Amino acid sequence: MLKRREEEQPWLRPAGADDLGLRRALAAPLLGALVGAMAFLAALSVAGFLASAEVAAHWQQGAGASLTVQVPHPGAMAGLHTRREAVLAALQATPGLASVRALSEAELADLLRPWLGPDAERLSLPLPAVVAVRLAAPGGVDLAALNAKLQSVAPGTLVEREDIWAMRLAKLARSLELTAGAVLVVVALVAAAVVAVATRAGLSARREAIETVHGLGATDGYIAARFSARITRLAAAGGLLGALLAMPVLMGLSWLAMPFLRGSMEAASATPEEPHWTALLPPELWLLLVVLPVVTAGIGWLTAQATVRQWLRRLP
Amino acid sequence: MIRCERVSLRYSLKDGPDVLRELSFEVPEGGFRWLLGPSGAGKTSLLRLLYLAARPTSGRLSVLGTDIGSASRSKLALLRRRIGVVFQDFRLLPHLSAFDNVALPLRISGRPEGQIRADVNEMLRWVGLYALRHVTPPALSGGEQQRVAIARAVISRPDILLADEPTGNLDEVQAQRLLQLFHELNRLGTTVIVATHNIGLVQDYPAPTLRLQAGRLVEERVTEDA
Repeated sequence: MLKRREEEQPWLRPAGADDLGLRRALAAPLLGALVGAMAFLAALSVAGFLASAEVAAHWQQGAGASLTVQVPHPGAMAGLHTRREAVLAALQATPGLASVRALSEAELADLLRPWLGPDAERLSLPLPAVVAVRLAAPGGVDLAALNAKLQSVAPGTLVEREDIWAMRLAKLARSLELTAGAVLVVVALVAAAVVAVATRAGLSARREAIETVHGLGATDGYIAARFSARITRLAAAGGLLGALLAMPVLMGLSWLAMPFLRGSMEAASATPEEPHWTALLPPELWLLLVVLPVVTAGIGWLTAQATVRQWLRRLP
Repeated sequence: MIRCERVSLRYSLKDGPDVLRELSFEVPEGGFRWLLGPSGAGKTSLLRLLYLAARPTSGRLSVLGTDIGSASRSKLALLRRRIGVVFQDFRLLPHLSAFDNVALPLRISGRPEGQIRADVNEMLRWVGLYALRHVTPPALSGGEQQRVAIARAVISRPDILLADEPTGNLDEVQAQRLLQLFHELNRLGTTVIVATHNIGLVQDYPAPTLRLQAGRLVEERVTEDA
């Protein structure tokens, strides 16, 4: 029985196996760890890119969709009504507004307390009425026409656009996105450089074996395929390692950022809830973690192929 | 089959000397040639040209009907599969077993694994190494490594067989067996060129000779129709 099994040559390598001895020439732990570190950094930069875009969108939408209207001398008469009532009526008759709400005196005092102290309402200052307006959609109202209309019913009324803040936030968010994108590109280039260096080390270590198989009729594709198969496996393993390391970090950051993605200061200041662990990451980040090993494998394959084929050009 | 027209070879293109100078000769299909000359005469360099490890610096070299100077890299790779080489230093892959070393040319040319086993085992039996088929070269003696190298060179039934001092590590009996194999392959149509210092072998197996000295072909003696 034993002889029969040996006759079937169970000790033989399958075709396409490690002809060049690359398992020893290409050190798995070091390359895997380096690619893993790159994958970890790539996950963080992609998460930063997505988060800044998300935060910008939420804040832009919130700020860009609201106006503040100040009515000086709100109690003075403007025709049959007070100026405050006239402005409120004009606003309520304006299409494209989702809500019109005059702030109460208590709310005004809350707003002024940081500047005027706890006795703001007792200072007898001529305070304007403040009306918070929410637009049905950002940019959905002709602000110049609205301003003219309010001036006609209550001269001196101020309409403040809050989308100036939104624009500044958008610029900040765009800068963060670009920075995260640049970091991602640098990380990918460093990963490719690491793979190229490892491949060159493998080529040097197996130079004689490569020249021998080249002399036996191996094509560039045959030799490059041996290297890229080994490198691709190591790069995929590194990518998986990086994804696994990044997952708890991203979950923690996502949990901390979750209140700010709700789009309002009230929600942001609320205590975070305890969501299910799968809900801690948005679908985009789950997809990123799944795709990361595939991308690192792709970078490994391409870099190994290019490096080996370039090196082989020195042979006839 | 092999045609050299004023072929020269220089390893350093800038200012190195020509290691081969304006060689012109022809070996027809199924021919046998002894390649003779003192050490440093250029025998190994000529074999390097013939097994396509280098392209001529000048002149025209045609192997198996292909102009080597202008052939593409992929074309050269396919041509190399039709050329068997026994190297002076064996050039076995130390991490592969004797079986896998012999099987390598067949695997490179894409032969199915099922067909490879029978051929390789038969070849290993012929060179007397079947029992050592799972042993790697570092554990084999010089003569055993030589026989593995010979088996690897002929396993794919090449159109051209080139050997550089193939009997250097073999005893008299093994050397005679090897020459019988070369002549048998030659009789079956393989073109054979053997570089050697062993004049006794040349006398035992008379054949046309190419004699090199200082990179020049100083004598081409054709004693047969080949």
